[in-house]
Amino acid sequence: MIEVKNVSKSFKGQIVLKNINLELEEGKINLVIGRSGSGKTVLLKSLVGLHEVDEGSILFDNRDFVKMGNDQRKEIRKEIGMVFQGSALFDSMTIFENVQFPLKMFSEMSDDEMIERVNFCLNRVEIDGKNDLYPSEISGGMQKRVAIARAIALNPKYLFCDEPNSGLDPRTAIVIDSLIGEITKEFNITTLINTHDMNSVFEIGDKIFFINKGEKWWEGHKEDIWNSDNEELEDFIFASEFAKKMKERLRINP
Amino acid sequence: MNFFQHLGNYATLMKSTFARPEKGKVYWKLIAEEVEKMGLGSVGIVFFVAFFFGAVIAIQTANNMDNPLLPDMLIGLGTRDSVILEFSSTIMCLILAGKVGSNIASEIGSMKVTQQIDALETMGVNSAGYVIFPKIIAAIFIFPFLSMCYMFVGIFGGWAGVVITGVTNTSHFVYGLHYGFKSYYIPYSLTKTVVFAFIISSVSSYYGYYTELGSKAVGDASTKAVVNSSLIILIFNLILTKLLL
Repeated sequence: MIEVKNVSKSFKGQIVLKNINLELEEGKINLVIGRSGSGKTVLLKSLVGLHEVDEGSILFDNRDFVKMGNDQRKEIRKEIGMVFQGSALFDSMTIFENVQFPLKMFSEMSDDEMIERVNFCLNRVEIDGKNDLYPSEISGGMQKRVAIARAIALNPKYLFCDEPNSGLDPRTAIVIDSLIGEITKEFNITTLINTHDMNSVFEIGDKIFFINKGEKWWEGHKEDIWNSDNEELEDFIFASEFAKKMKERLRINP
Repeated sequence: MNFFQHLGNYATLMKSTFARPEKGKVYWKLIAEEVEKMGLGSVGIVFFVAFFFGAVIAIQTANNMDNPLLPDMLIGLGTRDSVILEFSSTIMCLILAGKVGSNIASEIGSMKVTQQIDALETMGVNSAGYVIFPKIIAAIFIFPFLSMCYMFVGIFGGWAGVVITGVTNTSHFVYGLHYGFKSYYIPYSLTKTVVFAFIISSVSSYYGYYTELGSKAVGDASTKAVVNSSLIILIFNLILTKLLL
């Protein structure tokens, strides 16, 4: 289980995260939602140690990540698969080599076992026959899928995704969401997704955390959103006139 | 950022770079790739520069010796000493600071901007070690070979410059090459080359690794890498010359 306790972070005196407390649901999809610049990415990067927090603790199964040294953190990081906003695939490596990379660095698999595992992960994200292509030779949606395949190569306990469907068309975004949902259930992974895509919230979100101006303003399950009286949350979720009308309609005819 | 902050960051980065690697086998392959990229990729320009600089040194030396009391063999001697002592190490490395240094800074800078460095860190890989260590080792290994190539081609260029144009003949030139030769000049020059190789690869890596976000920042990092590597090479050239000669 991942618990975030009283985490604060500032950059050059500007507070970005203020006293954040989260408790992620194990084996479920946890979503952190919020406007651009609300602190979602800083929170996610703090969880994996790319930013050092100013205060608070981050517990992975009661192990405090903040207090750990580099070597201990490495052990935790091996349990984490991460999908970056821009995929962050290694552009000097082929698709196959990208997925193989964590196995080569951290597993004791033989070459044959590695080939089998890489092909399994690529098949799982429905990438076939592209092994020898480079990331620049495939579409953005495929890059995201390869990034997911790379993230699950080492059978992680936790999967972190930073806006996994940003820059994708609505149809491909839904495919990526479904894929993350299926993988989470299939491998019993605790997943944390940063997003401001409402489709993700209502399609795959189990637990939702709403971050606003660096603070947690709301948390609950997606069903609770309809009954929430949190104005900021409502303003964020139902931002467009169309969404507001839809909500009214659903209230009248649930 | 002031000078001491840069120095502190550079020292910290080098400490991470030379930390124990996760899997040695992977690193050997990376070093081999870098050797191939830096070595084969630079042979052409090294040969070209060496030949023409060698020819110009020899012609200029001949031009400055219009006194009939000065023997022609001094052309060979002057060319040899200039090429071996200074051109094959300092000048070659200044040129490679432009070629290899900018390449290293922009490659690592692009990795930083596209979050590939973050991806390595998140996986638990020591990103500095994985990205920078192979480049430094490859540069230290391959630059002395390039320097030796420079020596041969530079002296050949000198011979071609003065013998083909009829300024002097081969026997005088070759006699000058042998005259009063101090073999210590070779290790002196190669030592300088190794130090300069470290400076180019590490300083360029530093600027690439600490690139800020944005494509302009990658360009800036590349420029800073070349300018600062070149300046540090010139300073260390003086220090090493004073210490070693």
